[in-house]
Amino acid sequence: MAKDRKKIEFKGIEELPPMAMSLKSMAANETGSWRNIRPVINYDKCINCMICWKFCPDAAVDIINEEPVINLTFCKGCAICAEECPTDAIDMVKEGR
Amino acid sequence: MKKVIMGNHALSYGATLARVQVIAAYPITPQTQVVELLSEIVADKKLDAEFIKVESEHSAMAACIGASTAGARTFTATSSQGLALMHELLHWAAGARLPIVMANINRALAPPWSIWTDQNDSLSQRDTGWMQFYCQSNQEVIDTLIQAYKVSEQVLMPSMIILDAFSLSHTYEIVDIPDKDLVDEFLPPFNFKYKLDVNEPRAFSGLTTPDWYMEFRVKMHEAQRSAIDIIKKEGKLFGKMFGREYSTVDPYMTDDAEIIMITSGTAASTARYTVDLLRKKGIKVGNLRMRVLRPFPFDDVRNYLSKAQKVVIIDRNISFGYHGIWSQEVKSALYGYSDVPVFSFIAGLGGRDIFPSTIEGIINKVVKLDKPEKDLYWVEVRK
Repeated sequence: MAKDRKKIEFKGIEELPPMAMSLKSMAANETGSWRNIRPVINYDKCINCMICWKFCPDAAVDIINEEPVINLTFCKGCAICAEECPTDAIDMVKEGR
Repeated sequence: MKKVIMGNHALSYGATLARVQVIAAYPITPQTQVVELLSEIVADKKLDAEFIKVESEHSAMAACIGASTAGARTFTATSSQGLALMHELLHWAAGARLPIVMANINRALAPPWSIWTDQNDSLSQRDTGWMQFYCQSNQEVIDTLIQAYKVSEQVLMPSMIILDAFSLSHTYEIVDIPDKDLVDEFLPPFNFKYKLDVNEPRAFSGLTTPDWYMEFRVKMHEAQRSAIDIIKKEGKLFGKMFGREYSTVDPYMTDDAEIIMITSGTAASTARYTVDLLRKKGIKVGNLRMRVLRPFPFDDVRNYLSKAQKVVIIDRNISFGYHGIWSQEVKSALYGYSDVPVFSFIAGLGGRDIFPSTIEGIINKVVKLDKPEKDLYWVEVRK
Protein backbone atom coordinates (compact mmCIF):
# COMPACT_ATOMS: atom_id res chain seq x y z
CA MET A 1 0.00 0.00 0.00
CA ALA A 2 3.01 2.29 -0.29
CA LYS A 3 2.15 5.24 -2.48
CA ASP A 4 3.76 6.05 -5.80
CA ARG A 5 5.83 9.04 -4.73
CA LYS A 6 8.02 9.16 -7.79
CA LYS A 7 8.59 12.77 -8.80
CA ILE A 8 7.82 13.92 -12.34
CA GLU A 9 10.68 15.76 -13.96
CA PHE A 10 10.27 18.03 -16.98
CA LYS A 11 13.28 18.42 -19.21
CA GLY A 12 12.07 21.68 -20.70
CA ILE A 13 9.17 23.91 -21.65
CA GLU A 14 8.01 21.64 -24.47
CA GLU A 15 7.20 18.82 -22.06
CA LEU A 16 5.27 21.13 -19.76
CA PRO A 17 1.46 21.01 -20.10
CA PRO A 18 -0.13 24.37 -20.97
CA MET A 19 -1.57 24.79 -17.48
CA ALA A 20 -0.29 23.82 -14.03
CA MET A 21 -1.75 20.42 -13.19
CA SER A 22 -0.75 17.29 -11.38
CA LEU A 23 0.17 14.52 -13.78
CA LYS A 24 -0.44 11.83 -11.19
CA SER A 25 -1.61 11.45 -7.58
CA MET A 26 -0.78 14.34 -5.25
CA ALA A 27 1.39 11.80 -3.38
CA ALA A 28 4.12 12.77 -5.84
CA ASN A 29 3.87 16.42 -4.87
CA GLU A 30 6.23 16.89 -1.90
CA THR A 31 5.00 19.61 0.40
CA GLY A 32 8.11 20.05 2.57
CA SER A 33 9.11 19.10 6.09
CA TRP A 34 7.80 22.15 7.97
CA ARG A 35 5.58 21.60 11.03
CA ASN A 36 5.34 22.61 14.71
CA ILE A 37 4.39 19.25 16.18
CA ARG A 38 5.20 15.78 14.93
CA PRO A 39 3.25 12.55 15.34
CA VAL A 40 5.18 9.70 16.97
CA ILE A 41 3.61 6.24 16.86
CA ASN A 42 3.93 3.98 19.87
CA TYR A 43 3.96 0.63 18.12
CA ASP A 44 3.29 -1.26 21.39
CA LYS A 45 -0.15 0.32 21.49
CA CYS A 46 -0.80 0.35 17.72
CA ILE A 47 -3.36 -2.25 16.56
CA ASN A 48 -2.85 -1.55 12.82
CA CYS A 49 -6.47 -0.49 12.39
CA MET A 50 -5.48 1.99 9.63
CA ILE A 51 -7.74 4.74 10.98
CA CYS A 52 -4.79 7.17 10.95
CA TRP A 53 -4.11 6.23 7.32
CA LYS A 54 -7.74 6.84 6.43
CA PHE A 55 -8.09 10.17 8.24
CA CYS A 56 -4.81 11.83 7.27
CA PRO A 57 -5.83 14.83 5.09
CA ASP A 58 -2.50 14.89 3.25
CA ALA A 59 -2.08 11.14 2.73
CA ALA A 60 1.09 11.32 4.85
CA VAL A 61 0.59 7.88 6.40
CA ASP A 62 2.13 5.01 4.48
CA ILE A 63 1.38 1.40 5.38
CA ILE A 64 4.65 -0.51 5.34
CA ASN A 65 4.69 -4.20 6.36
CA GLU A 66 1.10 -3.73 7.57
CA GLU A 67 2.14 -0.97 10.01
CA PRO A 68 1.50 2.77 9.71
CA VAL A 69 4.58 4.93 9.05
CA ILE A 70 4.36 8.73 8.99
CA ASN A 71 6.05 10.30 5.97
CA LEU A 72 7.48 13.52 7.37
CA THR A 73 7.91 15.09 3.90
CA PHE A 74 4.12 15.41 3.81
CA CYS A 75 2.98 15.54 7.45
CA LYS A 76 2.15 19.08 8.60
CA GLY A 77 1.40 18.10 12.21
CA CYS A 78 -2.35 18.66 12.23
CA ALA A 79 -2.74 15.89 14.85
CA ILE A 80 -5.92 14.45 13.36
CA CYS A 81 -4.29 11.00 13.49
CA ALA A 82 -3.54 11.39 17.20
CA GLU A 83 -7.08 12.60 17.88
CA GLU A 84 -8.69 9.72 15.96
CA CYS A 85 -6.41 6.88 17.14
CA PRO A 86 -8.67 4.48 19.17
CA THR A 87 -5.78 3.26 21.38
CA ASP A 88 -4.06 6.65 21.88
CA ALA A 89 -0.97 5.22 20.24
CA ILE A 90 0.12 8.53 18.66
CA ASP A 91 1.83 11.28 20.65
CA MET A 92 2.33 14.76 19.22
CA VAL A 93 5.88 15.89 20.02
CA LYS A 94 7.13 19.47 19.71
CA GLU A 95 9.59 20.05 16.89
CA GLY A 96 12.76 21.92 17.73
CA ARG A 97 16.27 21.49 18.95
CA MET B 1 -31.71 33.40 -43.08
CA LYS B 2 -31.87 37.16 -42.66
CA LYS B 3 -33.39 38.63 -39.51
CA VAL B 4 -33.66 42.10 -38.05
CA ILE B 5 -32.22 41.74 -34.55
CA MET B 6 -30.48 43.70 -31.82
CA GLY B 7 -26.80 43.13 -31.04
CA ASN B 8 -27.64 41.40 -27.78
CA HIS B 9 -29.76 38.84 -29.59
CA ALA B 10 -27.03 38.35 -32.20
CA LEU B 11 -25.00 37.04 -29.27
CA SER B 12 -27.84 34.75 -28.11
CA TYR B 13 -28.25 33.27 -31.60
CA GLY B 14 -24.48 33.01 -32.01
CA ALA B 15 -24.12 31.08 -28.74
CA THR B 16 -26.96 28.79 -29.82
CA LEU B 17 -25.30 28.10 -33.17
CA ALA B 18 -22.01 27.43 -31.36
CA ARG B 19 -23.88 24.80 -29.32
CA VAL B 20 -22.62 26.08 -25.99
CA GLN B 21 -23.15 23.52 -23.23
CA VAL B 22 -23.03 25.65 -20.10
CA ILE B 23 -24.26 29.23 -19.70
CA ALA B 24 -23.81 31.05 -16.39
CA ALA B 25 -24.69 34.69 -16.18
CA TYR B 26 -25.90 37.49 -13.97
CA PRO B 27 -28.05 40.30 -15.37
CA ILE B 28 -26.71 43.82 -15.90
CA THR B 29 -27.83 46.60 -18.20
CA PRO B 30 -27.17 46.69 -21.17
CA GLN B 31 -26.32 42.97 -21.40
CA THR B 32 -29.41 41.36 -19.86
CA GLN B 33 -31.21 40.45 -23.09
CA VAL B 34 -28.30 38.27 -24.20
CA VAL B 35 -28.95 35.67 -21.53
CA GLU B 36 -32.66 36.43 -21.26
CA LEU B 37 -33.17 35.07 -24.79
CA LEU B 38 -30.71 32.25 -24.17
CA SER B 39 -32.65 31.16 -21.08
CA GLU B 40 -35.78 30.92 -23.24
CA ILE B 41 -33.94 28.99 -25.93
CA VAL B 42 -32.66 26.52 -23.32
CA ALA B 43 -36.08 26.27 -21.62
CA ASP B 44 -37.68 25.52 -25.00
CA LYS B 45 -35.11 22.75 -25.46
CA LYS B 46 -33.82 24.31 -28.67
CA LEU B 47 -30.32 24.21 -27.18
CA ASP B 48 -29.02 21.33 -25.08
CA ALA B 49 -27.30 23.37 -22.37
CA GLU B 50 -27.19 23.89 -18.62
CA PHE B 51 -28.31 27.39 -17.70
CA ILE B 52 -26.83 28.18 -14.29
CA LYS B 53 -28.33 31.07 -12.33
CA VAL B 54 -25.69 32.65 -10.12
CA GLU B 55 -25.57 35.39 -7.49
CA SER B 56 -22.88 37.58 -9.06
CA GLU B 57 -20.62 37.99 -12.08
CA HIS B 58 -17.74 36.63 -10.01
CA SER B 59 -19.75 33.43 -9.57
CA ALA B 60 -20.77 33.42 -13.24
CA MET B 61 -17.14 33.27 -14.31
CA ALA B 62 -16.37 30.73 -11.56
CA ALA B 63 -19.15 28.48 -12.90
CA CYS B 64 -17.80 28.84 -16.44
CA ILE B 65 -14.31 27.96 -15.19
CA GLY B 66 -15.61 24.81 -13.49
CA ALA B 67 -17.64 23.72 -16.52
CA SER B 68 -14.83 24.49 -18.94
CA THR B 69 -12.37 22.50 -16.79
CA ALA B 70 -14.73 19.56 -17.24
CA GLY B 71 -14.52 20.06 -21.01
CA ALA B 72 -17.79 21.92 -21.66
CA ARG B 73 -18.16 24.76 -24.16
CA THR B 74 -19.15 27.69 -21.96
CA PHE B 75 -20.60 31.15 -22.46
CA THR B 76 -21.38 34.17 -20.35
CA ALA B 77 -22.08 37.83 -20.96
CA THR B 78 -21.60 40.90 -18.84
CA SER B 79 -20.86 44.60 -18.84
CA SER B 80 -18.95 47.30 -16.98
CA GLN B 81 -19.27 46.86 -13.19
CA GLY B 82 -20.02 43.18 -13.74
CA LEU B 83 -16.84 42.70 -15.74
CA ALA B 84 -14.89 44.57 -13.07
CA LEU B 85 -16.28 42.22 -10.41
CA MET B 86 -15.12 39.24 -12.52
CA HIS B 87 -11.58 40.58 -12.71
CA GLU B 88 -9.93 38.05 -10.38
CA LEU B 89 -11.42 35.12 -12.26
CA LEU B 90 -10.53 36.53 -15.68
CA HIS B 91 -6.89 35.95 -14.74
CA TRP B 92 -7.84 32.50 -13.49
CA ALA B 93 -9.62 31.48 -16.71
CA ALA B 94 -6.65 32.55 -18.83
CA GLY B 95 -3.99 31.04 -16.53
CA ALA B 96 -5.91 27.75 -16.42
CA ARG B 97 -5.98 27.92 -20.25
CA LEU B 98 -9.76 27.58 -20.52
CA PRO B 99 -11.29 28.56 -23.88
CA ILE B 100 -14.28 30.34 -22.36
CA VAL B 101 -15.99 32.86 -24.63
CA MET B 102 -17.71 35.84 -23.06
CA ALA B 103 -19.50 38.86 -24.44
CA ASN B 104 -18.91 42.23 -22.86
CA ILE B 105 -21.14 45.15 -23.71
CA ASN B 106 -18.98 48.27 -23.39
CA ARG B 107 -20.54 50.46 -20.73
CA ALA B 108 -18.89 53.35 -18.91
CA LEU B 109 -17.71 52.63 -15.36
CA ALA B 110 -19.13 54.45 -12.34
CA PRO B 111 -19.07 56.85 -10.65
CA PRO B 112 -20.76 58.87 -11.92
CA TRP B 113 -23.28 56.12 -12.67
CA SER B 114 -23.73 55.50 -16.37
CA ILE B 115 -25.26 52.86 -18.59
CA TRP B 116 -23.93 54.21 -21.92
CA THR B 117 -20.96 53.08 -23.95
CA ASP B 118 -17.25 53.56 -23.57
CA GLN B 119 -14.35 51.13 -23.60
CA ASN B 120 -12.74 51.56 -20.21
CA ASP B 121 -14.40 48.42 -18.81
CA SER B 122 -12.94 45.98 -21.36
CA LEU B 123 -9.64 47.82 -21.83
CA SER B 124 -9.08 47.63 -18.05
CA GLN B 125 -8.96 43.85 -18.55
CA ARG B 126 -6.26 44.12 -21.21
CA ASP B 127 -3.60 42.22 -19.26
CA THR B 128 -5.72 39.33 -17.97
CA GLY B 129 -4.75 37.02 -20.85
CA TRP B 130 -8.11 37.24 -22.64
CA MET B 131 -8.24 37.76 -26.37
CA GLN B 132 -10.39 40.79 -27.20
CA PHE B 133 -12.47 41.29 -30.34
CA TYR B 134 -14.17 44.67 -30.96
CA CYS B 135 -17.22 44.57 -33.25
CA GLN B 136 -18.79 47.27 -35.40
CA SER B 137 -22.03 45.61 -36.52
CA ASN B 138 -24.50 43.01 -35.30
CA GLN B 139 -23.44 40.80 -38.22
CA GLU B 140 -19.87 40.95 -37.01
CA VAL B 141 -21.03 40.13 -33.47
CA ILE B 142 -22.63 36.82 -34.41
CA ASP B 143 -19.82 35.90 -36.84
CA THR B 144 -17.09 36.75 -34.34
CA LEU B 145 -18.71 34.75 -31.53
CA ILE B 146 -18.60 31.61 -33.69
CA GLN B 147 -15.01 32.25 -34.81
CA ALA B 148 -13.89 33.02 -31.24
CA TYR B 149 -14.74 29.51 -30.06
CA LYS B 150 -12.74 28.05 -32.90
CA VAL B 151 -9.70 30.23 -32.15
CA SER B 152 -9.92 29.88 -28.36
CA GLU B 153 -10.23 26.11 -28.48
CA GLN B 154 -7.12 25.85 -30.64
CA VAL B 155 -4.86 28.08 -28.56
CA LEU B 156 -6.53 27.41 -25.17
CA MET B 157 -7.00 31.05 -24.26
CA PRO B 158 -10.37 32.71 -23.49
CA SER B 159 -12.03 35.30 -25.74
CA MET B 160 -14.06 38.41 -25.11
CA ILE B 161 -16.49 39.66 -27.77
CA ILE B 162 -17.00 43.38 -27.28
CA LEU B 163 -19.78 45.64 -28.52
CA ASP B 164 -20.93 49.16 -27.74
CA ALA B 165 -23.81 49.67 -25.34
CA PHE B 166 -27.02 50.68 -27.12
CA SER B 167 -25.40 51.70 -30.41
CA LEU B 168 -25.02 47.96 -31.02
CA SER B 169 -26.48 46.10 -28.05
CA HIS B 170 -29.98 47.58 -28.52
CA THR B 171 -29.80 48.63 -32.15
CA TYR B 172 -31.73 46.51 -34.64
CA GLU B 173 -29.86 45.64 -37.82
CA ILE B 174 -30.25 43.13 -40.61
CA VAL B 175 -28.23 40.05 -39.69
CA ASP B 176 -27.66 37.05 -41.90
CA ILE B 177 -27.94 34.21 -39.37
CA PRO B 178 -25.36 31.60 -40.40
CA ASP B 179 -26.67 28.22 -41.48
CA LYS B 180 -26.74 25.71 -38.62
CA ASP B 181 -25.19 22.82 -40.55
CA LEU B 182 -22.45 25.04 -41.96
CA VAL B 183 -21.63 26.28 -38.44
CA ASP B 184 -21.38 22.65 -37.29
CA GLU B 185 -18.95 22.05 -40.12
CA PHE B 186 -16.93 25.16 -39.26
CA LEU B 187 -16.94 24.60 -35.50
CA PRO B 188 -16.59 20.95 -34.42
CA PRO B 189 -17.40 19.94 -30.82
CA PHE B 190 -14.85 20.96 -28.17
CA ASN B 191 -12.57 18.08 -27.29
CA PHE B 192 -10.46 19.17 -24.31
CA LYS B 193 -7.26 17.20 -23.92
CA TYR B 194 -6.67 18.41 -20.35
CA LYS B 195 -10.19 18.11 -18.97
CA LEU B 196 -11.19 17.05 -15.47
CA ASP B 197 -11.78 13.32 -15.68
CA VAL B 198 -12.81 11.00 -12.85
CA ASN B 199 -10.97 8.13 -14.53
CA GLU B 200 -7.74 10.11 -14.48
CA PRO B 201 -7.88 12.32 -11.39
CA ARG B 202 -5.78 15.47 -11.46
CA ALA B 203 -5.32 18.59 -9.40
CA PHE B 204 -5.38 21.82 -11.43
CA SER B 205 -3.74 25.21 -10.97
CA GLY B 206 -1.84 24.15 -7.84
CA LEU B 207 1.02 25.96 -6.16
CA THR B 208 3.84 26.43 -8.65
CA THR B 209 7.23 27.49 -7.35
CA PRO B 210 9.42 30.19 -8.89
CA ASP B 211 11.26 27.33 -10.58
CA TRP B 212 8.43 26.82 -13.13
CA TYR B 213 5.94 29.74 -12.86
CA MET B 214 7.64 31.75 -15.60
CA GLU B 215 7.51 28.92 -18.11
CA PHE B 216 3.71 28.84 -17.79
CA ARG B 217 3.66 32.58 -18.51
CA VAL B 218 5.83 32.05 -21.60
CA LYS B 219 3.34 29.43 -22.79
CA MET B 220 0.38 31.81 -22.32
CA HIS B 221 2.16 34.53 -24.26
CA GLU B 222 3.15 32.19 -27.08
CA ALA B 223 -0.42 30.89 -27.29
CA GLN B 224 -1.67 34.47 -27.70
CA ARG B 225 0.94 35.29 -30.33
CA SER B 226 0.12 32.12 -32.27
CA ALA B 227 -3.53 33.21 -32.27
CA ILE B 228 -2.76 36.05 -34.74
CA ASP B 229 -2.33 33.62 -37.62
CA ILE B 230 -5.20 31.44 -36.43
CA ILE B 231 -7.57 34.43 -36.26
CA LYS B 232 -6.64 35.24 -39.87
CA LYS B 233 -6.84 31.63 -41.04
CA GLU B 234 -10.26 31.05 -39.46
CA GLY B 235 -11.43 34.49 -40.63
CA LYS B 236 -10.56 33.49 -44.18
CA LEU B 237 -12.21 30.07 -43.90
CA PHE B 238 -15.28 31.77 -42.45
CA GLY B 239 -15.28 34.07 -45.49
CA LYS B 240 -15.14 31.10 -47.82
CA MET B 241 -17.99 29.32 -46.06
CA PHE B 242 -20.26 32.24 -45.15
CA GLY B 243 -19.22 35.02 -47.53
CA ARG B 244 -17.86 37.40 -44.89
CA GLU B 245 -14.09 37.46 -44.29
CA TYR B 246 -12.43 38.78 -41.13
CA SER B 247 -8.92 39.68 -39.98
CA THR B 248 -7.17 41.42 -37.07
CA VAL B 249 -7.64 44.88 -38.54
CA ASP B 250 -10.06 46.22 -41.11
CA PRO B 251 -8.72 48.92 -43.50
CA TYR B 252 -10.85 51.38 -45.45
CA MET B 253 -9.34 53.64 -48.15
CA THR B 254 -5.91 53.39 -46.55
CA ASP B 255 -3.89 52.71 -49.73
CA ASP B 256 -3.44 56.33 -50.82
CA ALA B 257 -4.41 57.98 -47.54
CA GLU B 258 -2.22 60.78 -46.19
CA ILE B 259 -4.10 60.75 -42.89
CA ILE B 260 -5.13 57.43 -41.40
CA MET B 261 -7.46 57.50 -38.45
CA ILE B 262 -7.70 54.56 -36.14
CA THR B 263 -11.00 53.69 -34.51
CA SER B 264 -12.72 50.68 -32.99
CA GLY B 265 -16.27 49.57 -32.30
CA THR B 266 -19.20 51.49 -33.78
CA ALA B 267 -17.19 54.71 -34.03
CA ALA B 268 -15.49 52.98 -36.97
CA SER B 269 -18.72 52.89 -39.01
CA THR B 270 -19.14 56.62 -38.45
CA ALA B 271 -15.48 57.13 -39.34
CA ARG B 272 -15.97 55.37 -42.68
CA TYR B 273 -19.02 57.43 -43.50
CA THR B 274 -16.97 60.53 -42.70
CA VAL B 275 -14.04 59.31 -44.83
CA ASP B 276 -16.40 59.35 -47.81
CA LEU B 277 -17.54 62.89 -46.98
CA LEU B 278 -13.98 64.17 -46.53
CA ARG B 279 -12.74 62.47 -49.70
CA LYS B 280 -15.36 64.44 -51.63
CA LYS B 281 -13.81 67.59 -50.16
CA GLY B 282 -10.37 66.47 -51.36
CA ILE B 283 -8.89 65.35 -48.04
CA LYS B 284 -7.01 62.08 -48.49
CA VAL B 285 -8.09 60.27 -45.36
CA GLY B 286 -8.53 56.58 -44.60
CA ASN B 287 -9.64 54.46 -41.68
CA LEU B 288 -8.03 51.51 -39.95
CA ARG B 289 -10.48 49.73 -37.71
CA MET B 290 -8.91 47.77 -34.87
CA ARG B 291 -10.79 44.49 -34.47
CA VAL B 292 -8.37 42.70 -32.15
CA LEU B 293 -6.67 44.24 -29.10
CA ARG B 294 -5.10 41.01 -27.83
CA PRO B 295 -3.19 39.41 -29.36
CA PHE B 296 -1.99 42.79 -30.64
CA PRO B 297 -1.53 42.73 -34.44
CA PHE B 298 1.84 44.54 -34.54
CA ASP B 299 2.68 43.63 -38.15
CA ASP B 300 -0.69 44.60 -39.61
CA VAL B 301 -0.72 47.95 -37.81
CA ARG B 302 2.86 48.75 -38.94
CA ASN B 303 2.05 47.63 -42.46
CA TYR B 304 -1.13 49.67 -42.93
CA LEU B 305 0.35 52.79 -41.31
CA SER B 306 3.66 52.61 -43.19
CA LYS B 307 2.67 55.11 -45.90
CA ALA B 308 0.61 57.49 -43.78
CA GLN B 309 1.89 61.02 -43.21
CA LYS B 310 -0.24 61.47 -40.10
CA VAL B 311 -1.96 59.00 -37.81
CA VAL B 312 -5.03 60.02 -35.84
CA ILE B 313 -6.32 57.81 -33.05
CA ILE B 314 -9.81 58.31 -31.71
CA ASP B 315 -10.10 56.70 -28.30
CA ARG B 316 -13.42 56.09 -26.57
CA ASN B 317 -11.54 55.49 -23.32
CA ILE B 318 -8.91 57.15 -21.16
CA SER B 319 -5.97 55.98 -19.12
CA PHE B 320 -6.03 58.77 -16.53
CA GLY B 321 -2.75 60.63 -16.36
CA TYR B 322 -1.67 59.27 -19.75
CA HIS B 323 -3.91 59.33 -22.84
CA GLY B 324 -6.12 56.97 -24.83
CA ILE B 325 -5.37 53.28 -24.53
CA TRP B 326 -5.47 52.47 -28.26
CA SER B 327 -3.07 55.41 -28.73
CA GLN B 328 -0.70 53.83 -26.26
CA GLU B 329 -0.93 50.48 -28.07
CA VAL B 330 -0.47 51.87 -31.57
CA LYS B 331 2.37 54.24 -30.61
CA SER B 332 4.18 51.33 -29.02
CA ALA B 333 3.79 49.28 -32.21
CA LEU B 334 5.19 52.16 -34.31
CA TYR B 335 8.15 52.93 -32.07
CA GLY B 336 11.39 52.15 -33.89
CA TYR B 337 9.51 51.47 -37.14
CA SER B 338 8.09 54.82 -38.10
CA ASP B 339 8.43 58.52 -37.25
CA VAL B 340 4.89 59.32 -38.37
CA PRO B 341 3.28 61.89 -36.05
CA VAL B 342 0.46 60.38 -33.97
CA PHE B 343 -2.46 62.55 -32.81
CA SER B 344 -4.46 61.23 -29.86
CA PHE B 345 -8.07 62.26 -29.45
CA ILE B 346 -10.52 61.27 -26.71
CA ALA B 347 -14.17 61.30 -27.74
CA GLY B 348 -17.51 59.80 -26.86
CA LEU B 349 -16.95 58.85 -23.21
CA GLY B 350 -20.00 57.79 -21.22
CA GLY B 351 -21.95 57.25 -24.44
CA ARG B 352 -21.63 60.76 -25.82
CA ASP B 353 -22.33 60.49 -29.54
CA ILE B 354 -19.48 60.51 -32.03
CA PHE B 355 -21.12 62.17 -35.03
CA PRO B 356 -19.68 62.50 -38.55
CA SER B 357 -19.28 66.18 -37.63
CA THR B 358 -17.24 65.14 -34.57
CA ILE B 359 -14.83 63.21 -36.77
CA GLU B 360 -14.79 65.93 -39.39
CA GLY B 361 -13.78 68.39 -36.66
CA ILE B 362 -10.92 66.12 -35.62
CA ILE B 363 -9.59 65.71 -39.15
CA ASN B 364 -9.92 69.43 -39.94
CA LYS B 365 -7.78 70.14 -36.88
CA VAL B 366 -5.12 67.60 -37.87
CA VAL B 367 -4.94 68.87 -41.46
CA LYS B 368 -3.63 72.22 -40.12
CA LEU B 369 -0.97 70.72 -37.86
CA ASP B 370 2.41 69.24 -38.79
CA LYS B 371 2.69 67.41 -35.50
CA PRO B 372 0.70 67.23 -32.26
CA GLU B 373 1.11 70.20 -29.91
CA LYS B 374 0.05 68.07 -26.94
CA ASP B 375 -0.24 64.46 -25.81
CA LEU B 376 -4.01 64.33 -26.07
CA TYR B 377 -6.91 66.35 -27.42
CA TRP B 378 -10.34 66.24 -25.77
CA VAL B 379 -13.10 66.32 -28.33
CA GLU B 380 -16.25 68.44 -27.91
CA VAL B 381 -15.74 69.09 -24.20
CA ARG B 382 -17.24 72.19 -22.57
CA LYS B 383 -14.91 75.05 -21.71
